Amino acid sequence: MLVVYYSSPSEFTHRFVQKLQHPSLRLPLVTKDPTPLVDEPFVLITPTFGAGINRGSVPKQVIKFLNVKDNRDRIVGVIGAGNTNFGEDYCRAAHIVAGKCGVPVLYRFELLGMPEDADNVNKGLDQLCLASA
Amino acid sequence: MTETKQTVSPIDPINWNRIQDDVDAEVWDRLTANFWLPEKVPLSNDVQSWSSLTEPEKLLTMRVFTGLTLLDTIQGTVGAVSLIPDALTPHEEAVYTNIAFMESVHAKSYSSIFSTLASTKEIDEAFRWSAENQNLQKKAQVIVEHYEGDNPHKRKIASVILESFLFYSGFYLPMHWSSRARLTNTADLIRLIIRDESVHGYYIGYKYQRGLDGADQALKDELKDFTYSMLFDLYENEVQYTHDLYDEVGLAEDAKKFLHYNANKALMNMGYEPMFPKDVTDVNPAILAALSPNADENHDFFSGSGSSYVIGKAEATEDDDWDF
Repeated sequence: MLVVYYSSPSEFTHRFVQKLQHPSLRLPLVTKDPTPLVDEPFVLITPTFGAGINRGSVPKQVIKFLNVKDNRDRIVGVIGAGNTNFGEDYCRAAHIVAGKCGVPVLYRFELLGMPEDADNVNKGLDQLCLASA
Repeated sequence: MTETKQTVSPIDPINWNRIQDDVDAEVWDRLTANFWLPEKVPLSNDVQSWSSLTEPEKLLTMRVFTGLTLLDTIQGTVGAVSLIPDALTPHEEAVYTNIAFMESVHAKSYSSIFSTLASTKEIDEAFRWSAENQNLQKKAQVIVEHYEGDNPHKRKIASVILESFLFYSGFYLPMHWSSRARLTNTADLIRLIIRDESVHGYYIGYKYQRGLDGADQALKDELKDFTYSMLFDLYENEVQYTHDLYDEVGLAEDAKKFLHYNANKALMNMGYEPMFPKDVTDVNPAILAALSPNADENHDFFSGSGSSYVIGKAEATEDDDWDF
């Protein structure tokens, strides 16, 4: 199952995706860069940004990618990266995207993820592949 | 120890229209958006709840908060300030000044809690206990030693360990009270502090990693070993401190799981893999729910299949750039 993800310069989500045995596509760091087009089903992994000035929870690059209908139509589910210390905001971006796109939040993990998190996500993605085959 | 990074000249004016590292601006925005003062939290609503605690529970609570006051004082007046000369960008310096100020707000918040709930005599006794508790004093000394040392990387390591790990033996208690519907306004205030400390730990950990960009592997390896060993030393001390505090009310084992869980997060903030396995980081779900109200929802790929998540009032109005 293709994994599309955004990772900020902190690279936390990128490090997690490297532990997955599934193909992945990283969204550009810079919002002005062209967003990719995908032509197969995918799972999105997104961290949550803090609500600062001019900034919502969902990374702008994720919004830009999902604003392309052909991309959005292929989203199967969302995985959230976050930190429970942010209280109600824990994985907020994943929940917002899931609600907007009408797909489930498949999994959540914190920071780089525990080893078990990568195992669980690998298994979950395997099963999604089987289910959609 | 070679230090090749160019630090900031103190005589150049800061230009926020020319940002070298976007993370500086993002974290500045986040921290300023999070700004709060203890006067905004209605602590006096906890007076009745406080009076329902037993004497050992009150004593424990006072001691926990004086310990947290000590850490915030160190971080505000020594720790965050000590990071400024090592900054790689002027905006990083500015973020540290914000962090230093908020730590002083946190330190003052505990005094607001004390003066609302306790008598002068109880307050003085709790401060005396903290001044005499060897484990609390040891953690303060270990951290300050590195803040005052000559290694900029170790200063950041010490700082992340403080921000993301050493506070949590204390933060456990207000989350515990909150899960029992006790001292809930105090818990609201502590959650604001936890949110701030989490941004601080993330940011300083990020800057630690940027500081090692381009460093040779030998230095990276040395610092990684140093980090794990410092964390482990402080962990052992923290376990004793946790027993000093919580044994009398029987919460030490529950609190220790919270320590393991947060020690892992401190490591991850520095880009390192967690050291405590899942079977000792299984934090009590009630504590986790007190920390993050939706943290105990089950999202394991197939449990909720078919039903998509419904967004409640929490949807941020800023997330409005959608075409659909």
